[in-house]
Amino acid sequence: MTTATLEMQRWIRFTPLQRLSRFAVFFAMAAAIAWALKTIEIIPEFLYDAPEQVVDMATRMWPIDWDHFWPAVWPALVETMHMSAMATILGLMMGIPVGFLAARNATPFLWVNLIAKFILVATRSISTLIWALFFVAMFGPGPLAGALAIAFHSIGFIGKMFSEAVEESNKGSIEALQATGATRMQQIIMGYWPQVLPTFWSVALFRWDINVRESAVLGLVGAGGIGMALNAAIDLIQWQRVALILLTIFIVVILIETIVTQIRKKVI
Amino acid sequence: MSVASLAEKSDVTRSDFFAPSLKKRLAYVAVFAYLVYAAATLGLSLDRIEKGVGYGVRFLAGFFPPNFTETDIIPGLLESLQIAFLSSLIGTALAIPIAILAARNLMPPWVSWLARLLIIFCRSFHPVIVAIIAVKAVGFGALAGIIALTFASIGFVGKLLSEAIEEISKKQIEAVRATGASFMNVIAYGVVPQVMNRFIGFVAYETDSNLRNSTMVGVVGAGGIGGTLFSAFQRFDYNFVAGIIICIIGLVMIGEVLQIYVKRVFR
Repeated sequence: MTTATLEMQRWIRFTPLQRLSRFAVFFAMAAAIAWALKTIEIIPEFLYDAPEQVVDMATRMWPIDWDHFWPAVWPALVETMHMSAMATILGLMMGIPVGFLAARNATPFLWVNLIAKFILVATRSISTLIWALFFVAMFGPGPLAGALAIAFHSIGFIGKMFSEAVEESNKGSIEALQATGATRMQQIIMGYWPQVLPTFWSVALFRWDINVRESAVLGLVGAGGIGMALNAAIDLIQWQRVALILLTIFIVVILIETIVTQIRKKVI
Repeated sequence: MSVASLAEKSDVTRSDFFAPSLKKRLAYVAVFAYLVYAAATLGLSLDRIEKGVGYGVRFLAGFFPPNFTETDIIPGLLESLQIAFLSSLIGTALAIPIAILAARNLMPPWVSWLARLLIIFCRSFHPVIVAIIAVKAVGFGALAGIIALTFASIGFVGKLLSEAIEEISKKQIEAVRATGASFMNVIAYGVVPQVMNRFIGFVAYETDSNLRNSTMVGVVGAGGIGGTLFSAFQRFDYNFVAGIIICIIGLVMIGEVLQIYVKRVFR
């Protein structure tokens, strides 16, 4: 065998098209970062000053103002928990139907699928804070606006997870139901629902975990919860109270995550 | 033996398979009772809903026609993009060593616990909360946004990458170690090839989520389109609000499509 044929037999991992598209991705990444670095407006004095400012803030946070917990932080925390629970339930109630409408096998009408998919993307792209601005304008400040804001933002995530689970579900039981003459609603309840039940639990728990974090922020625009206490403390420059609230959020988030992991192990 | 006699003989009756579990029912009742209570605390009344829906309709009517004033929207969107790119880059660069330190199969327990604590810390605060603190520390502008989203990226990529490293096969690492490789060589030839594909997926997802969040941190003054949106909201310029929101949805949709494309290229 000559070296020429050996050359031709050399194993190359990727096809030319794959290599080209990989190169394109890397090139685009490098170009995007170079552009961002070159054009971003950062005031250099602020950057040099940052470590000093952070240390200054940290010293002002100490000692933590524990006495502030009972009169102000605890009620706000309870409100946050209620808000996130209600938001998760509402989000599931709205997101699951849209998810079924977006799944191509459960709803065989293309235009319905497309509209449902658009609803999923649009609700997800508008962040909770912006939803909260709307609902505060509609229902006035308070936890109701916050719960609705988180619920509407979670439609996208819940619906996406559900439509994917429905599309992956097994056709056999659906066809068996169709053969008995089941209506579309009966197919969904008896055929698809039992198959996506594990998804339901994991999505509900996961989303609740996220919603607790989200609901800690909404107080900034007046939508209730512990964020309102945080905002008040920052506006009054009471850093010792800020430290207490941040610590509370940290502990609650870790607790919720532990609970969710435990329930997950048992249920799924 | 016939089926009938089998059914007679066995102690198991059909109803036992679907026996109602008292524990489960109690749990459902408890959850339901809690939800009723929580709903009551939200202060929902028919009167309030009626008024609210009325406001909402007026509000939506104010959105039309959407106003796309380029001179205000484009710079904001570009700044959001800059924040998203730079925070993804810095966040990922910091997350890689932290994830390696946090992997329990590579490190002694005390090192991995410290690193995991750092990851948990970064994960538990919403980017907007970090953004508020960052605005107080380094002033208004894109720098605060970059710091906030860098924190979020460390938490997200750090957690998923360290879990991915913990799931790798030990055999390849042992084989590399047996050749007398140094620690860095073990990482480069034993660990990286096993987690590379998943890592690219995490980073693509992270960049997408940073893009989403970078349109939000502006609400607290940390740069990007969010600031423009918030000020339009405060001066009741709802046509402009609608224009900005449509632009954000468009940007996020483009980001999602690109993310799917990048994942497909590297599969």
